[in-house]
Amino acid sequence: MSISGKAFIAGIYEHPTRKAVGIPIAQIHAEVAHGALEDAGLGLDDVDGYFCAGDAPGLGGLAMADYLGLKARHIDTTETGGSSYIVHVNHAVEAIAAGHCNVALITLAGKPRTGGAQPGRAPMAVQPPDAAFEAPFNPTVLNIYAMCAQRHMYEFGTTAEQLAWIKVAASTHAQHNPHAMLRNVVTVEEVVNSPIVADPLHRLDCCVISDGGGALVVVSPDIAAKLNRPHVRVLGTGEAIKHMRGGDVDITYSAGVWSAERAFEEAGIKREDIKYVSLYDSFTITVLMQIEDIGFCAKGRGGRFVADGNLIAGEGRLPFNTDGGGLCNNHPGNRGGMTKVIEAVRQLRGEAHPAVQVANCDLALAHGTGGLLGTRHGSATVIMERV
Amino acid sequence: MADSNGKPAVDDIALEPYWHAAAQGRLLLKQCGACDKIYYYPRPLCPFCMSDDTNWVEASGDGTIYSWSVQRRADPPYAIAFVTLNEGPTLLSAIVDCDFDALAIDQPVTLSFEEREGRPAPVFRPA
Repeated sequence: MSISGKAFIAGIYEHPTRKAVGIPIAQIHAEVAHGALEDAGLGLDDVDGYFCAGDAPGLGGLAMADYLGLKARHIDTTETGGSSYIVHVNHAVEAIAAGHCNVALITLAGKPRTGGAQPGRAPMAVQPPDAAFEAPFNPTVLNIYAMCAQRHMYEFGTTAEQLAWIKVAASTHAQHNPHAMLRNVVTVEEVVNSPIVADPLHRLDCCVISDGGGALVVVSPDIAAKLNRPHVRVLGTGEAIKHMRGGDVDITYSAGVWSAERAFEEAGIKREDIKYVSLYDSFTITVLMQIEDIGFCAKGRGGRFVADGNLIAGEGRLPFNTDGGGLCNNHPGNRGGMTKVIEAVRQLRGEAHPAVQVANCDLALAHGTGGLLGTRHGSATVIMERV
Repeated sequence: MADSNGKPAVDDIALEPYWHAAAQGRLLLKQCGACDKIYYYPRPLCPFCMSDDTNWVEASGDGTIYSWSVQRRADPPYAIAFVTLNEGPTLLSAIVDCDFDALAIDQPVTLSFEEREGRPAPVFRPA
């Protein structure tokens, strides 16, 4: 069964906070839920499906449904790290297409900046089976992604300057976002001259650490038709997992190869039809590999593709992350998938900042990589259309 | 943790041979009797075909760096790497006793063991 066109994204909300002193995670979930429902023109009683991931406190969906007062008849707490919320969009569309719910609420909140949580790590009650064989070597989000960049440079000749262009593009967009943590436009030289944090990644190759959250409301076509909101239809979705494969390791590509292929097949459109992309930018290398894996250029050509401003709105062929992304704007809960969908919907509605709004933006893609790119991760792709 | 007889509790019986060998400075991999694949990290069921006919094989200890990174801002800085063993599997490990600035992909490395987190951990040094 194809879900193409069987649900709409009717509500979006990005929490303005970047430093939530004195505000617990559950309250941020509630504030973003309220914001997205208000944006859609819906209320608490309309929600019959609820989606959250590992950032939600306690038993996730149960604790949050209680706190929010939800009467959900469909619940999904799929956890693939920062890409979870794109997976949730996909699953919400499936659930709506199957008649299991009509109004799906997806929430994210996190406080890695003020809450003391370790960046990129959800609390784990039970150690994963790999821990005894990997944890002694101190793998971190940083050095695992860095090893992807190292190998990419070795195999394809990708340069630090090419990676830097990704940060330059993000910062060029962030200057227009009053909520962005980093609004200074940076140069390639500033990126490559910033300190190496984990070879070959520099400090400015890394995203920010911020508090915050976001929410989405996905609805059935019947409900979308009754709402006085721009119609953003989900055209195609895909998700995939990639891991260590028993030691048959190849970190030059991600599961995005498979998730994007499926999404484009379902959407029935071509790569060149996409007017705007939101790409998870935990690090510059994440963006570069996703661009290749989605198929915007051939494997190994990503460095040349992103150089010289090709990702900058109004200048390049593929404008990306016009809110400044995780590299400059925010990275709530160390989980970037939610804000990727939100900015893509803004672009399709024509509600992005005028300085970065893509003209005639009728087709957009949001894509995320959750977990650790170099060891085990979940990729998710959603293609959306303004109708 | 200890059982009622005061003996140390075994937390994973299937991996006892692995830890026993590691304590002797030997790295064991798993090989599947059904599909012949050699894999790491070890577990009883083959991750390629799910056969439970899997056997221990000892690694030569020789390999090459597949990728690496130095966590420069850690105190002290340390090198992490994916090392491809001559037997085939690539594993996550550390490169020790090395010049960080001389690390390179394809560089030959050789196995040794270090006590980490109370257990013998397979690390590598330049060959």
